[in-house]
Amino acid sequence: MAKFILRRVGVMLLTALCLTFIVFFLTNLYPNLEKLAKTQGNFRMTDEEVASFLGRNGYLQPVPVKYGQWLGVLPGWTTEAGDGTLRGRCIDPDSPAEDAPRFCGILQGDWGHSTVFRTEVGGIIGDKLGLTGRLMLWVMLLMVPGALILGVLAGMREGSRTDRTLSTFAITTTATPEYVSGVLFIAIFASSAVGLKWFKGTATSAMENPTFENFFLPVLTIALYGMGYIARMTRASMAEVMTAQYIRTARLKGVSFPNIVLKHALRNALIAPFTVIMLQFPWLLNGVVIVETLFNYKGFGWTLVQAASNNDIELLLAVSVVSVIVVLVTQLISDIGYVYLNPRISVT
Amino acid sequence: MDLLSWGEIILRMFGRFMPVWIALAVTFALSITFKRRLGLYGKLFDSPIGMVGFGLVMFWVFTGILGGGFDMILTHPVLEQSASMKNKVPGTPYTKMMGEAAEGAYPYYLLGGDNLGRDVFSRMVVGSWEVIKIAPFASLFAFMVGITLGLPAGYYGGRLDTLLSFLANLILAFPVILLFYLLVTPEIVLTGIPVYMAAVLFIFPIVFLVLLWNSRFHTQPKTRNIYVGITLVVGLWLYSGIAWNADPLGLIGFPPNLLVVFVAVVFVNSPTVFRIVRGLTMDIKTRDYVAAAQTRGEGTWYIMLWEILPNVRGPLLVDFCLRIGYTTILLGTLGFFGLGLSPESPDWGSTINEGRKLLSLYLHPALPPALRAAEPRSGAQPAGRRSARGKPARLSI
Repeated sequence: MAKFILRRVGVMLLTALCLTFIVFFLTNLYPNLEKLAKTQGNFRMTDEEVASFLGRNGYLQPVPVKYGQWLGVLPGWTTEAGDGTLRGRCIDPDSPAEDAPRFCGILQGDWGHSTVFRTEVGGIIGDKLGLTGRLMLWVMLLMVPGALILGVLAGMREGSRTDRTLSTFAITTTATPEYVSGVLFIAIFASSAVGLKWFKGTATSAMENPTFENFFLPVLTIALYGMGYIARMTRASMAEVMTAQYIRTARLKGVSFPNIVLKHALRNALIAPFTVIMLQFPWLLNGVVIVETLFNYKGFGWTLVQAASNNDIELLLAVSVVSVIVVLVTQLISDIGYVYLNPRISVT
Repeated sequence: MDLLSWGEIILRMFGRFMPVWIALAVTFALSITFKRRLGLYGKLFDSPIGMVGFGLVMFWVFTGILGGGFDMILTHPVLEQSASMKNKVPGTPYTKMMGEAAEGAYPYYLLGGDNLGRDVFSRMVVGSWEVIKIAPFASLFAFMVGITLGLPAGYYGGRLDTLLSFLANLILAFPVILLFYLLVTPEIVLTGIPVYMAAVLFIFPIVFLVLLWNSRFHTQPKTRNIYVGITLVVGLWLYSGIAWNADPLGLIGFPPNLLVVFVAVVFVNSPTVFRIVRGLTMDIKTRDYVAAAQTRGEGTWYIMLWEILPNVRGPLLVDFCLRIGYTTILLGTLGFFGLGLSPESPDWGSTINEGRKLLSLYLHPALPPALRAAEPRSGAQPAGRRSARGKPARLSI
C-alpha cells in the first residue's frame, strides 16, 4: 500500500511539473507577453517600448531558464537600470538589493508576484481558496445527501413511478449546464421582472457575510448539476444490489422493506457512488468558475478567469498547481477509499 | 398594431417552425415504417422515451439546418439592429425606426428584442446552427483520435500504454476552462499553435481509415488500392484545406477562430475517449475470438480494427451520443466566457452571457437561448441509452 501511494505521488509530481511547464510555455509566447506589457504599461506602446519593457523585467530570457527561476532551481534574474540601481526577480524594491536572496522560486516558498492584483500570489491564493472552500462545503452538504437520497429512493423499486419521476428529474438537472440553470434561477428568484425577489442575484456580499439570501442560489446551481449524475450512479448501483440473492433471502425471511433497504442494501450500494463523488471534484471546479463569474463571488474560479484573461503568469501558474493537486489528490483518495470499501479489489 | 398575447406568440412560432414539423413528420413516418430493417437505429422507435429523446434532438437538428443553412424559419436578419426595438418584450410589432412600420418585413419580434434591438427569435434559431456545425464533427474527430491511439495502447500495453496514458491523464488533469483560456485567445491564434495542433489532430482520421482499409483488404491489392487511394485523395484534400487553409482548389477554408474552437474541443475530448477505448480493448483482447484470429495469423491492426472494435461499439455509441451533448455544453461555456467565436455570433453561450447583464431588468433575451441550450442535451441522453440496449453496455473507464 505504501509503495502504491508513493508511486502515485511520484506520478503526481511529474504531472504537475509537465503541466506547469505547458502553462508556462503558453503564457510566455510573445503575443501574450506583448499583451501583458501593454496592460502593465499602456496600450499605445510601440514595439520597441514593449521589447524594452519586457527586457527590463526579465521576460525575454529563454523559457527553460525562466521556468527554472520560477521553480527556484536557478538564480533569479537581475538587471541594472540606467542610474545604477539593481532590479531583479528576488529584489524587493523597498529593501536594499544586497539583502535579496539568490534563489526565489516555489521551492523557497515564494509564489511570485501577481501583475493584476499587485500583491504576493501566495496571499491571494490563500484568501480565494478559503472563499471557494466555503462555497464547496455548502455545495457538498447539499449535493451529497440530496443525491444519495434521490438515488436510493429511485433505485429501491426499479421501474416504479417514483423511479421514473426521480430519474427524469436527475437527467434534467445533469443536462442543464450551470450557466443555464444559474441564469434561470436569477431570472426566477432574483429579478424584478418575475417579482419573486426571494434571493439576491449576486453573491458579492456573501464574501464577508454569507446568509441564506445571498448564498443559496450559487450553492444550488453547482449542487444541482452534480447531483443528477451522482443520483443516477447511486440508482444504478442500488437497483443492482436489490436484485442480489441475499436481498431475496432477507425478504423471504420476512424482514420489513425499510429494514432491507437500510440495513442490507444501503452499505453495498454506496461503494460506486463514493468513487463518483470523489471524481466529481474536478468537475465541480469547472462549475465553480462559471458560477463565481455569474454571481460575481470573488473566489478561486473568479481569480482563474482574471489571471487568464490578463495573462498574469505567476498567478495563473499558482492556480494551475492548486487545481492539478486537487484533481490528482481526489483521484488518489478515490482509489484508496475504493479498496477499503470493497475488499474484493486490491491495489497490488 | 398591438402587442401579441402569449397564445398568439406560441401559435405564430408554431407556424414559423412549419418546415421543421414537416421534416420531423417525414423522418418519423419513414423510420417507424421501416424500423425492423434499420437495426440499432430502428430499435430507438420501440420505446416512447427513445422516440421523445430522438424527436427533441432532431427538432434542433432540423431547426439548425433549415434555419441556419437555408434561411427558412428566421423572421429577421440575425445581425440587423433596430433602434426602436431595444429590450422590447415578446410579441412587439416590428418598426425599423420609431413609429415607422417596416415594409415587407415580418411584422413582429416574436420573442422580443435584445439590447441592440436584434430579434431574439431569429438569433435563437441560427444559434442552433452554430452548435450543429461544430458539436457532432468535433465529437467524431475526438473519437477517431481516441480510437486510433486507444486500441494499440490497450492491445500492446507496456511502455506505449504507459506513455499514452500519462499524456491523456496530463490533459485530463487540466481544468477545462483554464485550457480554453490558454488555447482559445486571439494571441494564441497569432502564434499559429492552433494550426499545428489541427495538423496533428486532423491527420488521425486519415490514418484511421487507411489502416482500416489496408488491414482488411491487403490480400486483395486491387480493392485495397482503390479504397486507400480514394481515402488519401479526398482525405488529404480536406486536410490541406481544413488544417492548413491551403486547399489547392480553393474550395475549402476554415475561419481561424472557428478552427481554434474546434481544435480545443477535440483536444479536450479525445483523452476521455482514449481511456474508454483502452479499457474496453484490455477487456476484449482476452476473448477466444481474438485468440482465434491471432492463431490464424491475422495482422495486429486487423485484429484491433476488425475483431475488437466492432465488439466495443455498444459502449462507444452510448458515449458518442453523450459526448455530442457534452460538446454542446462546452461550446456554450466558451461562448459564455466570450472565447472563440466572434462577438456578433448568435451562438447560445454568447447570447446568454449578453442577456444576463440585463437580467434583473429584462428577462427575454437570455431565457430562450438558455432553455434551448439545455434541451438538446436532455434529448440526447435517453436516445443514446436506448440505442445501446441489447448490447453489453458496460462502460469500464
